[in-house]
Amino acid sequence: MAYEWIFNALGMSEACSRDSGPLMSLTALRKEEPSLWDLPFPSLDTLNAACAAVPRTRDFTAALQDGFLYIRPALRSVLDPLTQPLSWMLDGALTLFVEMPWWILVPLLILASKLLSHSYKVASIVAVSFLFLLFVDYYEYAIQTLSIIFVCTVLCVAFGVPLGIAMSRSDRFQNAMIPVLDMLQTLPTFVYLIPLIFLFNITEPKLYGLAIILYAIVPVVRLTNLGIRLVDRDVMEAVTAFGLTDRQKLFRVQIPLALPNIMAGVNQTIMMSLAMVVIASLVSAPGLGTLVLDGINNLRLGVGFLAGFGIVLIAIMLDRVSKAALARIDKSNKT
Amino acid sequence: MALGDIKISVQNLFKIYGPNPGSVQDQLFDGIDKNAFMQETGHVLALNNINVDMREGQITVVMGLSGSGKSTLIRHLNRLIEPTSGQVFLDGEDVLAMDEAALRDLRRRSMSMVFQKFALLPHRTVLANTILAPEARGENGQAAEDEARKWLARVGLEGMEDSYPSQLSGGMQQRVGLARALTSNADVMLMDEAFSALDPLIRTSMQDLLLELQRDLHKTIIFITHDLDEALKLADHLVVLKDGYIVQQGDPQDILLRPAARYIEEFIQDINRARVLKVKSIMTPATSKRGCIDVIQGHETLETIINTHQGRVDGVFAVSDPDDPAKIIGKVKMEDIYRALVRPQMQHD
Repeated sequence: MAYEWIFNALGMSEACSRDSGPLMSLTALRKEEPSLWDLPFPSLDTLNAACAAVPRTRDFTAALQDGFLYIRPALRSVLDPLTQPLSWMLDGALTLFVEMPWWILVPLLILASKLLSHSYKVASIVAVSFLFLLFVDYYEYAIQTLSIIFVCTVLCVAFGVPLGIAMSRSDRFQNAMIPVLDMLQTLPTFVYLIPLIFLFNITEPKLYGLAIILYAIVPVVRLTNLGIRLVDRDVMEAVTAFGLTDRQKLFRVQIPLALPNIMAGVNQTIMMSLAMVVIASLVSAPGLGTLVLDGINNLRLGVGFLAGFGIVLIAIMLDRVSKAALARIDKSNKT
Repeated sequence: MALGDIKISVQNLFKIYGPNPGSVQDQLFDGIDKNAFMQETGHVLALNNINVDMREGQITVVMGLSGSGKSTLIRHLNRLIEPTSGQVFLDGEDVLAMDEAALRDLRRRSMSMVFQKFALLPHRTVLANTILAPEARGENGQAAEDEARKWLARVGLEGMEDSYPSQLSGGMQQRVGLARALTSNADVMLMDEAFSALDPLIRTSMQDLLLELQRDLHKTIIFITHDLDEALKLADHLVVLKDGYIVQQGDPQDILLRPAARYIEEFIQDINRARVLKVKSIMTPATSKRGCIDVIQGHETLETIINTHQGRVDGVFAVSDPDDPAKIIGKVKMEDIYRALVRPQMQHD
């Protein structure tokens, strides 16, 4: 064994006390010394072969899991009631939007897109997309997807904007938050789901709700912080010189002037929620994602394609409406 | 308070920038050089022992080149910048002792400010910009709006109330800045290079507007500029700043006739003396107009006199009090007028 000599040299062969029973490798049986060419990296598994007291990698991951399971009850007892409203909101929105007849909801959504964007073009994109989804019977799935995105985006804005404001006011808080945001943004989306699955029942809506919010909240936080920090220093000095309080400055100057950036963040947040809501179908999120999943699991190519196209339609609708709203703010806000 | 009383008093004001300003303060001594201080301590001496009295109803102009500390100085008056040491008094009250609420009240009621880059709120209309000071005080009613409209009309922006700043030219934007400051109805107006960003012609018309307003309003104006012509045109009291210390301060005519340092002499080399110097400044005191060929007013410039008496190179004129034309306060020879046009020899090295 390549690294046995280390433990022998340290006089730890006693502590290792490996019972080298039947589990001897071929090289050991042949009493061959491994050549330098074959020298393995002293990883956990290699060291374990030399000394049984060293844990293997799988012991390490098992310990991680045990540790997580150990704190799970405590974590659950805190997080469960805290996040329960999220389940209610998701259930409520799903019920509300799905129960509402299509001939009320679809015109309402077209009207809302017209009011937000001030553009007939955008409203007609929304109208055509919904007519298509209705026509191919994917309307209910699309509405489920949309209502999840709606709830998650509202919550992302409700928590993300104050967080961004707090970051803009304290360099120390900003420096602490940036690594967290970086991690949330770069963590592969599947990895989010793992601890959440352990933490909550897989049937609970808050499981996918949390996964979506954690993933999608990042841009709105970042861009709120950036937008407020980018407000003209001269303007801030002027309003200070006229005796505005911090609160007056925030609500009458900083937020209005940062609004284009905040809206750009909201646009990104919406698009990222859509990306995540598809993946969240793995943990029982309803909507078009379940059709995609069905397409993958059962090799139904047509279902997967059509559902994918439906997701693209939703993405286009959300993007156009939010971008048009952003452009409208930008125009009235130009310096 | 009567006109001419001390409104703002700045005493022994120092401002040091750097990692630890308090620790190097005892290394200061009278007349220390900014560069030497930088070399010795690694700190920037932005303001070096500033003592100025700014009088009620007067325009005090602080003039200096960039880096002289003039913008730093004006920001100490309403404490946008905290001094390293020294005192600032407004109506005898210590501004530096004020807590946050008192300071906010001072900024809302007692001092308004006009900025070089206008610093208007781009998302608000002209009217909503102008109403800023009453809004900060919590007065949002019709009275505040009427006040704002009144001042907008006064600076020549009637009918522009609903425009946005981006739709206005630079000169008009600064008129909004001026109206915003006037709407606060504060006694003191701080003007930080207010006209420096404007075209020369517009700058002149804004200076005339300010002087015209000042004739009626008698505000205490602190005006920062790097332009000597502007300084001489506006100043009742001129403070010349260099590298953070005051080179000379006093009546601008006096500074022009009796520069106290080489730096000032160099500065006034290119000035059109005929247009700036006033008869009053070069006359000899007298009480009767006997032997004089004409009576001229004390605040006339030399250029005006030469112009109205074209061709004459001799004769003696009686000078009358600008406030009372019947009262004779001095006399001046025509040749003295011509002599005053010549730049004096440099006296200092």
